[in-house]
Amino acid sequence: MVTITRKRAAVANEAMGFFTDTTVCIGCKACEVACKNWNQLPSTHGGVSEMSGDSYDNTRKLDGTHWRHVKFIEQFDGPYNGRWLMMSDVCKHCVKAGCIEVCPTGAIIRTEFDTVVIQSDVCNGCRACIAGCPFGVIDMNMISGTAQKCTLCYDRMGVGLEPACSKACPTDSIQFGPISELRTRAQKRVDQLKAQGEMRARLYGDDPNGPLGGLNAFYLLVDNPEVYGLPANPQLPTRTLTKSGAMSAATAAVLGVLALVGIRKRRIDEKEGATIDV
Amino acid sequence: MGSNMAECHPVAFRWPMKAKLNGAKLIHVDPRFTRTSAVADLHVPIRAGSDIAFLGGLINYVINSQRWNTDPFFKEFVVNYTNAATIINDDFKDTEDLEGVFSGLKGFKEPDFWPENGNLGAYDNASWAYKRGPKGPGPATKDLIAKRAGPPFDDLVRSLKPGPAERDATLQNPHCAFQILKRHFSRYTPEMVEQVCGSPKEKFIKVAEALLENSGRDRTSAFAYAVAWTQHTYGVQMIGCCALLQLLLGNIGRPGAGVMALRGHAAIQGSTDVPTLYHSIHGYLNAPSALRPHETLRDYMAAETAPTSYYGNTPKFLVSYLKSMYGAAATAENDFGYDWHPKILGDHSHIAMFSAMGDGRVKGMCCVGQNPATSLNGQATRRALRQLDWLVVKDNWLTETATHWYLAPEVKNGEVKSADIKTEVFFFPSTQIAEYDGSYTNTQRMLQWHSFATKAPGDCRTDSWFYHNLAKRLRKAYATSTLPRDQGWKNLTWDFDPDPADPAYGTALYPGEISALKVLREINGYQTADPKQHLKGFGDLKDDGSTTCASWIYCGCYPAPDQNMTARREPDPPGVPGAHLKWGWAWPANRRVMYNRASADLKGNPWSERKRWVWWDPNFVNPPDPKTGKPVPHGKWVGYDTPDFAATKAPDAQPKPDGIGLDALSGAQPFIMRADGRGWLFVPAGLVDGPLPTHYEPHESPVQNLLYKQQSSPVHKVWSLGKPWNPIASVGDPKFPYVISTYRLTEHYLAGAMSRWLPWLAELMPELFIEIGKGLAQEKGIKNLDWVVVSSPRGHIRAKALVTDRIGVMKIAGKTIHHVGMPWHWGWMGLSTGDVVNDLTAWVGDPNVSIHEGKAFVCNVERA
Repeated sequence: MVTITRKRAAVANEAMGFFTDTTVCIGCKACEVACKNWNQLPSTHGGVSEMSGDSYDNTRKLDGTHWRHVKFIEQFDGPYNGRWLMMSDVCKHCVKAGCIEVCPTGAIIRTEFDTVVIQSDVCNGCRACIAGCPFGVIDMNMISGTAQKCTLCYDRMGVGLEPACSKACPTDSIQFGPISELRTRAQKRVDQLKAQGEMRARLYGDDPNGPLGGLNAFYLLVDNPEVYGLPANPQLPTRTLTKSGAMSAATAAVLGVLALVGIRKRRIDEKEGATIDV
Repeated sequence: MGSNMAECHPVAFRWPMKAKLNGAKLIHVDPRFTRTSAVADLHVPIRAGSDIAFLGGLINYVINSQRWNTDPFFKEFVVNYTNAATIINDDFKDTEDLEGVFSGLKGFKEPDFWPENGNLGAYDNASWAYKRGPKGPGPATKDLIAKRAGPPFDDLVRSLKPGPAERDATLQNPHCAFQILKRHFSRYTPEMVEQVCGSPKEKFIKVAEALLENSGRDRTSAFAYAVAWTQHTYGVQMIGCCALLQLLLGNIGRPGAGVMALRGHAAIQGSTDVPTLYHSIHGYLNAPSALRPHETLRDYMAAETAPTSYYGNTPKFLVSYLKSMYGAAATAENDFGYDWHPKILGDHSHIAMFSAMGDGRVKGMCCVGQNPATSLNGQATRRALRQLDWLVVKDNWLTETATHWYLAPEVKNGEVKSADIKTEVFFFPSTQIAEYDGSYTNTQRMLQWHSFATKAPGDCRTDSWFYHNLAKRLRKAYATSTLPRDQGWKNLTWDFDPDPADPAYGTALYPGEISALKVLREINGYQTADPKQHLKGFGDLKDDGSTTCASWIYCGCYPAPDQNMTARREPDPPGVPGAHLKWGWAWPANRRVMYNRASADLKGNPWSERKRWVWWDPNFVNPPDPKTGKPVPHGKWVGYDTPDFAATKAPDAQPKPDGIGLDALSGAQPFIMRADGRGWLFVPAGLVDGPLPTHYEPHESPVQNLLYKQQSSPVHKVWSLGKPWNPIASVGDPKFPYVISTYRLTEHYLAGAMSRWLPWLAELMPELFIEIGKGLAQEKGIKNLDWVVVSSPRGHIRAKALVTDRIGVMKIAGKTIHHVGMPWHWGWMGLSTGDVVNDLTAWVGDPNVSIHEGKAFVCNVERA
């Protein structure tokens, strides 16, 4: 009698991802719990921890054991006068991913769903990706001893299930689907908000021609990205590769010349020294 | 209002957010700027406890507005579908006449046999009644009782019919309900609202205008409330006030309208339907009481039957219920065992029982699914627990209630010694919801069956196992008793064991477990002669014992052994109005919007195309009457929902002069559970604290009542009055200058047994805190995360400060009042621990339903 309707299984080669509409987020943290439940991630100090004092945020950041994190931003100008922004943050699954670039072991791969996954059994825990992520998403999971982050529920997607977080989101703030569909939906929502007078509504990371080739987890925001702790112009760690490469070459050349000069000078000095009486 | 829906009902909040995406306007009126306010179009601050002043202000604004007075819809709805036109007795006196109280106020004296009721006063409500013409001829009720008339009990019910109520459809008569309420609310001006509630006038007017704009033929508005409207000394009146406003705006019985009761937890609706509450038996029938004229079966029927509404069928509900209690032993000759049924002696609600426990009147307690050691005036509650001889705690964890005798703060600090506590404490490990079969009833009155997902670990048992086996042992213990009082136990039917030979009702999940489906069958009802013949609906019920049904309102949820309607999970397809009639089953009769006859006009046409829901189809060809075989005239109520009306009664049908039940109502009286078929603006009976909502101050308040000389409700309850364990602050007590409200967070659940032990939830809200405004923090030198001491006359606790602009300062009656708030989930057990916030609350409560006033009292805050 019970019918369970599954979302259609993701088709390989179609980019899949998240659109997070922060304007309907109610900060319930169901996404955080569903993520930990499905991925069996531990709690900080087994759940015996201290409150942060930063609004209702007590998990503080994305890291190796918090793959979803809800931010709470209180923007008030006097009692009751202001707004309370909430945003469920996650790995952005960048189309041009810094973590993949810097990973020396090839542990980080791009999947058939155009998502970015760290293979724990290949990761050697060198932490290069932690520094290489422009969003500070990745961190060590001290239990596995490897770098970890959201997999966009690669295991669920493989069997046609949507990721645990979007499944649990009661208000559909987190939406999962083909990126092309999500972009159309997101733009409509921006238009609706603007028509309702919310002129600050904007998308972040939806542009395939934008930074990092677009983000496969993109957001609808109603303020500057920095307000949400997002970089306005995220960059790849290799962004200055050419410049720094050229600089390195030039430096090497200058150093080389100076070295030659030095050697020659020493030889002359040695020669001369031999002839000088002290 | 009265709800923080996004935080406390996040799953249901999906729908307001969907509505918002479709263009609905969301307004949140609350003392705090919460996660609900964060996504609302408008947040209006309000001082906790002043909601009637706010709602009364809306009523006054609406009935004096141009829109309400010029759009004919409102008059048509109000004159015909409410009791606005009904004339009230000449000797009725309003709060306008008596400085804040109604006529009929008298004292209350605690009876010696049960001095735990707590009422400060009582009303004689005779003067609140409708003015009526002479009663029709016929035999007198008392003669029929003396003659032991019935079954059938139709004559008895008919004898109860009062004379016709007088009406003035022009609404001009000064004694009509509308004129009385118009005068009553005239002092609730926007300026007064600002003074009493601390809500800025311009924001209040925005709310009023939004409601007016979004009510009428084409549009409806809905209110959602939760325990922030119940936990007051006048909580029922707050909800009634909202219903009054919604009736005036034509927002009842229509799609997208109504007053939504968001329940305190998942199955609380079920606990009123198949009650764990003391004051009613199944299906909202009043519990037989020693204080009411309930001496015999017929006395009860005479006292409790409203003859001219669907409740005219009360004898059928009652007799079928008694058959479910006493089975074959219940016969017409012994009044179906009515005399065996226990009668209540007064208030046996939670606080009354703990007050009695504190007085040494209670020997033992089974505590199941509850953690009272952290509830309502915690120190007094724990003191009461220490007076018990025995205590059974059945829970998932060793809760504070299970450990109070060696870990409570008063034991740790040496005030109480464990060795001095005489109570023997038993602990039973309990299953969780995913470990057994059953149903729960949600806030929409919808039953949803759930199957077990996994077996419980170790020796954990279900609550049903516990009570099933306890009942079997008690029955054995009483089997040889010859005492008259034990006849109920001796004659009790108890057929819930699974039958291995008959798999239709399932097999036992655990050794000694019940068949959950057999319980559902008893609740649904069956033909007494053949329990396999389930009842199809409450229309099948009889008052002669031929039907057995525990709860008439659930009748039809399980119409055949292989048809469990509550297990259905078939949603409507997209693009249709979405009554979702095949998803679970909602009482009564799978209706999703109650009183939905009101969604059509007098002639039975939808008020508008946009708000079409249930309507009269005059051309519908009806089959012949199945009982008589006679042809039935064309015409039927049809629509998206199950019509909440007699199915083939035409809109122009007139009441039958001799009719009882629905026959006494016309085809244009939608409120079929009310004796006059109309929505009650003025409540002539049923409430103990007044026929119209009136603003009173909370029992503990920093200010005088600005609206009346009467400070607080004259009839509310204070249990253990004057006892040292329930001290109360006086009005404006400078030692406790701040208003405090207690509340819940999304991350935790109630007293914490289902959340504080779970690492994933505990880390999200790891510690107890108090939310205080920046102004108060500055005044007191308190910084964010500082430890503070919060005190009330009942006790003091420690918490960390969360300093924020989401709560703050208000101007009330010209005084600056700071408002603070604390979530109350914590205790000393579990992973996330903290002081017991309910150590601050008082044993003070509502006179109708005995709930405590946890949402508005006073406190002090100091740096620790």
